[in-house]
Amino acid sequence: MAETLFQKVWNAHAVRTLPSGQTQLFVGLHLIHEVTTPQAFDMLRQHGWGVAFPDRTFGTVDHIVPTDTQRRPFVDLMAEEMTTALERNCREFGIHLAGPAEAGGAGGPGSPGSDDQGIVHVIGPELGLTQPGMTIACGDSHTSTHGALGALAFGIGTSQVRDVLASQCLSLDPLKVRRIDIDGRLAPGVYAKDVILTIIRRLGVQGGVGFAYEYGGSAVDHMSIEERMTLCNMSIEGGARAGYVNPDDTTFAFLRGRRFAPQGDAFGRAVAWWRSIASDADAPYDDRVRLDAASIEPTVTWGINPGQSVGIGEPLPSAPGDEAVDEALAFMGFAAGSRMEGTPIDVAFIGSCTNGRLSDLEEAARIVRGRRVAPGVKALVVPGSRRVSREAEARGLDEVFRRAGFEWRGAGCSMCLGMNTDRLEGRQVCASSSNRNFKGRQGSPTGRTLLMSPAMVAAAAIAGHVVDVRTLLDEVPA
Amino acid sequence: MTPDAPAAGAVNVITGRGIPLRGDDIDTDRIMPARFLRATSFDGLERHLFEDDRATRPDHPFNDARFAGATLLVVNSNFGCGSSREHAPQGLARSGIRAIVGESFSEIFQGNAAMLGVPCFAAERQAIERLQTLIEQTPDLTIAARVDSGLITAGPLRLTATLPAALRDGFLSGQWNPTAMLLDRFDEVRAVASRLPYLNGF
Ligand code: SF4
Repeated sequence: MAETLFQKVWNAHAVRTLPSGQTQLFVGLHLIHEVTTPQAFDMLRQHGWGVAFPDRTFGTVDHIVPTDTQRRPFVDLMAEEMTTALERNCREFGIHLAGPAEAGGAGGPGSPGSDDQGIVHVIGPELGLTQPGMTIACGDSHTSTHGALGALAFGIGTSQVRDVLASQCLSLDPLKVRRIDIDGRLAPGVYAKDVILTIIRRLGVQGGVGFAYEYGGSAVDHMSIEERMTLCNMSIEGGARAGYVNPDDTTFAFLRGRRFAPQGDAFGRAVAWWRSIASDADAPYDDRVRLDAASIEPTVTWGINPGQSVGIGEPLPSAPGDEAVDEALAFMGFAAGSRMEGTPIDVAFIGSCTNGRLSDLEEAARIVRGRRVAPGVKALVVPGSRRVSREAEARGLDEVFRRAGFEWRGAGCSMCLGMNTDRLEGRQVCASSSNRNFKGRQGSPTGRTLLMSPAMVAAAAIAGHVVDVRTLLDEVPA
Repeated sequence: MTPDAPAAGAVNVITGRGIPLRGDDIDTDRIMPARFLRATSFDGLERHLFEDDRATRPDHPFNDARFAGATLLVVNSNFGCGSSREHAPQGLARSGIRAIVGESFSEIFQGNAAMLGVPCFAAERQAIERLQTLIEQTPDLTIAARVDSGLITAGPLRLTATLPAALRDGFLSGQWNPTAMLLDRFDEVRAVASRLPYLNGF
């Protein structure tokens, strides 16, 4: 019988049906970070439980670590305390930790050193930990990112982190599968970020509740793995707990040679299995949606959830009496029917697990090269991982950004969420390549976030206001 | 004294006063702003529930003395969307909330709340709005929500709500916290691991 990747991977990992009726699902890879785990480890100790499969667990620090300087001990005492707690927990339970560099040799047994630290959803794929056909869990909702390689990846809460540590399993109900086909070609200046913002706008922020999103179609076939990660990353913003792309030659080429990917002959055998777990051509879907890639414009959010967006050429909605629209417009200080183009910005943030990878920085650097950040705009680039940072520096991107007036930071979540020292102040407006524009998300209760692609953020930083990146692409200085 | 999260055991009838919180898509960053995740324990989170919303809106229900000590929170659609932080339902449970009634919930939030013994009941918009209005008019009213039948009664109002079957059965049997179940037949877990190609050199 024809099946989707979701069904095949689910069945391969199903242990049994629990008395509750839910499925006990084996978790192939458990990623952990400093913020959602300390309580879980405490609960383990309280119950006297161990970690069932420590070698299937991998830790890093990303949310609270500072990105201006990462010298230890951190100036931010709470960042230091939470990092130390994760180091202690990983050591005690024998878990591999990609700790911060200046940790003085900290890191779990077999730690390859600290050069691997970064945002958990950036380092999983780049180390080859994330592979097709795996089930992956992490105490973070953007775990859906890992679906870009054909894995089934779920965000979980801290009590579930405890469960996965103790048993390597989750208790879950299966999801329905919605196939989303994006056919055709994206225009220059239009990116995966614009595609996912368009999907969320069209299907709604809760349109995906109960579903996994399977992305396909010719536009997705042509996307790089990094672009697919951007797409899958924001599945959760559309309510879908998981999102994935079937593994293909692009996936296999991406994985070959990565540290934790299969090596030698095993790689060929792995490819055969990976091919077999892709959705069958005639697999049944619970729902299907189609999008024309050519119709997508550079897209910007204007409101307080990721579904409230417009194409750069479109006016903001005017929906008299729609409370959600009214509340968002009032909070943002925007007028119904106006346009986003020309909206002044105070801060430009390029980074996050959505758009903090090398290709994102390259696209942004194309816009920035030879130009200057507008006066009064604070602009920062925060690579998603130390590896991204090293590779960008090897290409001279750090210099391009610095020369233009951007700050070039260490790896971490930074201004994606108001947990570390990078925060908006007051009613500042931030052009951001991150994933959430919720009230207060960037650390100021009244701060305002405009989500867009990294190239659009770069363009806004240069112009000092929201601008159609395509106008800058046409006149890229030599 | 701060009420702790619910104790272990079966959860069926939840009674108490209600607190209405209107609005769709209330995300977990609003329920528990990220800066309060800067801690290695969940203690004291109840003090920071909706902190930013409360500061900007003096009339926020969680500022309103009439609703202090409420047990049932009544919300609209897609409540708890966004971040998977368990700190959000932890804060609610630690403030004494024992059940949430709403139009719909984000899956991760609903699952996280269930792990704490807090059922999230779903009902139709009209019924929810009537319940919210009724509580606003008579904050002292005692409300009862039943896990087994999904029946919610509040004075003259009776509405039927639903819970996902597995969560309902978990609450009724007292097994809403599944760790013990997951550890129960560990040989079967090992059997699955021994069959997975990627754990066995393909
Ligand atoms: S970059 Fe933002 S969304 Fe991604 S893991 Fe960090 S805080 Fe979460």
